[in-house]
Amino acid sequence: MITFTLNGENVSSRAEPMDRLLDVLRGEFGLHGPKEGCGEGECGACACLIDGELHNSCITPAGAVQGHSVVTLDGFRQTPQYRLLEETFAEAGAVQCGFCTPGMTMAAQAILSKNPHPDKDTIREAISGNLCRCTGYNMIIDAISLAAERGHGLW
Amino acid sequence: MSGKAAYISDLAFEGEYWGKMVRSTVSYGKIRKVTLPELPHGYTAVTQDDVPGLNLLKVVTSEQPVFAGDVVRFQGEGILMIAGPDRKICEELASEVKVDYEERKPVLAIDEAVESAAHYSFSGGKPVGEIFASADRIVKETFTTGYQEQAYLEPQGMVGLYEDGRSVVCGSMQCPYYVKNAVMQTMGLDGDHVRIVETTTGGGFGGKEDYPSLIGCQVAVAAKKTGHPVRMILGRREDLLTTPKRHPSKITYQAALDRDGNILALKADVRLDAGAYAGLSDVVLQRSLLSALGAYRIPNFEVYGAAMLTNKVSNGAFRGFGAPQSFFAIETFMNHLAAITGQDPLDYKKQYFVQQGDVTSTGGLFHHHVPIPEMLTRAEELTDYSRKYRDYSRPQTGRFHRGIGMSLVFHGCGFTGAAEQDFIKAKVKLVKNEDDTVRILVSNTDIGQGLKTTFSKIVASVLELPLERILIDNPDTDVVPDSGPTVASRSLMIVGRLLERAAAKLKKEWKDGARQEVTEHYRHPDFMIPWDGKTFHGDAYPTYSWALNVVEVETDVLTGQSRLLDVCGIFDVGTPIDRTIMIGQAQGGMLQGLGYGSSENLEDRDGRLMQTSFTDYMIPTAMDTVPFKIDFIDNRYDGGPFGAKGAGELTLVGAAPAFEAAVEQATGCRFSDIPLTPEKVLDALTGKN
Repeated sequence: MITFTLNGENVSSRAEPMDRLLDVLRGEFGLHGPKEGCGEGECGACACLIDGELHNSCITPAGAVQGHSVVTLDGFRQTPQYRLLEETFAEAGAVQCGFCTPGMTMAAQAILSKNPHPDKDTIREAISGNLCRCTGYNMIIDAISLAAERGHGLW
Repeated sequence: MSGKAAYISDLAFEGEYWGKMVRSTVSYGKIRKVTLPELPHGYTAVTQDDVPGLNLLKVVTSEQPVFAGDVVRFQGEGILMIAGPDRKICEELASEVKVDYEERKPVLAIDEAVESAAHYSFSGGKPVGEIFASADRIVKETFTTGYQEQAYLEPQGMVGLYEDGRSVVCGSMQCPYYVKNAVMQTMGLDGDHVRIVETTTGGGFGGKEDYPSLIGCQVAVAAKKTGHPVRMILGRREDLLTTPKRHPSKITYQAALDRDGNILALKADVRLDAGAYAGLSDVVLQRSLLSALGAYRIPNFEVYGAAMLTNKVSNGAFRGFGAPQSFFAIETFMNHLAAITGQDPLDYKKQYFVQQGDVTSTGGLFHHHVPIPEMLTRAEELTDYSRKYRDYSRPQTGRFHRGIGMSLVFHGCGFTGAAEQDFIKAKVKLVKNEDDTVRILVSNTDIGQGLKTTFSKIVASVLELPLERILIDNPDTDVVPDSGPTVASRSLMIVGRLLERAAAKLKKEWKDGARQEVTEHYRHPDFMIPWDGKTFHGDAYPTYSWALNVVEVETDVLTGQSRLLDVCGIFDVGTPIDRTIMIGQAQGGMLQGLGYGSSENLEDRDGRLMQTSFTDYMIPTAMDTVPFKIDFIDNRYDGGPFGAKGAGELTLVGAAPAFEAAVEQATGCRFSDIPLTPEKVLDALTGKN
């Protein structure tokens, strides 16, 4: 039995320790925030936060989260930080097909929670583990930057 | 944004099975025998024998089997499917299937290929033979371009169901009615017994134009056989290995020049690698050929082209649809001709740029304003191109050298020729509800290009209603009429225009509180010179969108690596309807084009693709790009909604040639091949030194 905190709640999973965290999140807990884009840790569509750090859940063994805190978009969606990001992503035109967006949002949260006022180069680097094939990235960087500008005290 | 949009992988179906294809491991061979492992209860092998209708995939023609028959023609071709309740068990069973092949000698390169999927030739002006015979100088150069993978972030995926004698297929797709027609043929069912539902689609770029029909048919057959919904979602490697890509090409130009370097005549020979099955290659080739002379008025020319059949993965649609290959080649060739004759490339090209009223390469007309002069002016303002070009032309020292390149391209809007009128016959519908909301019913899909927003804006604007009163869902063929596929940069210009007309009609008939329906049908523009697809004569397109790209780089001459310094795109897409959406299209398209020109290396060896994951097939990341300068020239097209023209594909086409030109200037080397990887640049630099 693997026990951990998932989106703020204590949970336990029947998964094998080497099962992919992505499958546990999507299958066992029915959380569809994390997406599978490559299954090899290259695209970041499955990204979630583990103790506040950005991780690709497709290459994280379920056993590794024993005793840790996991946050997916499904949990993050309830926060004021998410609502601001949602607003600025829409405003900046940062969403096209939407498949990379959950991972991008988690990457945004990961950087802003550490550095509430990142410059654009810092944001660029922070999302460089998340692939997007639609936007060319600049509008996503603008959206995160805009959230930082407006997020007085949120991060 | 909220992660609540349901992609096919997010939807569960009661009692669903998983499907895993067993694929050919040889490039060409006859199947002698298939040996299945012992299949546990509930697991089934689905083969060609289970196809109730025709085991041929309907695309333009029907030549590719849905499940391979006795012969396989490329590595990765689907032979049979193992279907059953558990994904892992299906995958294990599939890996235990033994296929005994009698191998045949495969065709693995364009040059080895004998058979073509399609070929065309056309010419203009005087016969070029005599001109070449008496020319002062003849310049010949061959250009090659590699594969490009669409790399939509959501892999291909479908679920098939069979209920009460009806096939239902749901999944990620661009063209619900293409899938419907294919499933009807394969299942032997009429239109009333096939239903296709698009689920939120995580990117397409052409990659989900034809391929969803293939897996749609495969899961439809499996669902009928097993009596369960059958899900098939490709893993990334399987997707990269087996789905259609941009055609590799080999394009040879010959120019007959006079003493001063003026072009007297041009010959173009365009060869595309179609892969194993024709699929969309015929139509892709047509666009390659229609772009072969670029944005230039060449007095005398001869164009020949063929899409050659090889024993490799079938190639298909990808944003630009044959044009990126030709524009890379002609733009680079023009730069080289300028260099050879000692002229500035832009000055050289300016002598030949087309303008309104000019005859196209097929005897059609550029009916509308061609805003090249305004685009050039704007580009100079934004990038200081000419000054930088002069500066970087002086000898550069040190490790980092700079270069700047420019390209000018067009994209013919909509389907080539008379296809809209003859085959597509688009139909749209608006339903006004009693609560005075208006529902848009079309078969076009929003695959990230923002179509739902743009369509809603058009209808809201005509009806003078707030956007919230306009409703639009993902298409379901039980509900929406066939307004054609989501391809060819046609959705906004053609379908958007029909919606504009439908909305105008509804406005006239509007009755508060009543339920009303309005339908509109496609009408062909009356100004067009009729298109003859056999002789390649007439107006291939009603109008053209235009793009000017400037790319500035800094190349490390020690490593061959180039870093982007500045990227600028000026576009004429008519009157843009939603500027933010258009900027997004421009940025995303240009970065795909830059990837095509630089890092997206995809090679085949012995018929097998060597790059099968995002680890080795490198699409650009956020670190590989810089802020882009994007601007639009408002050049209203009366045939489009609120003056808009096609936009989605245009944005990709010009980036690669502009990048290549910049690297050529930085390095002083001449290149004729993309992707221009650092390795190739370094080879040229060391070879030169």
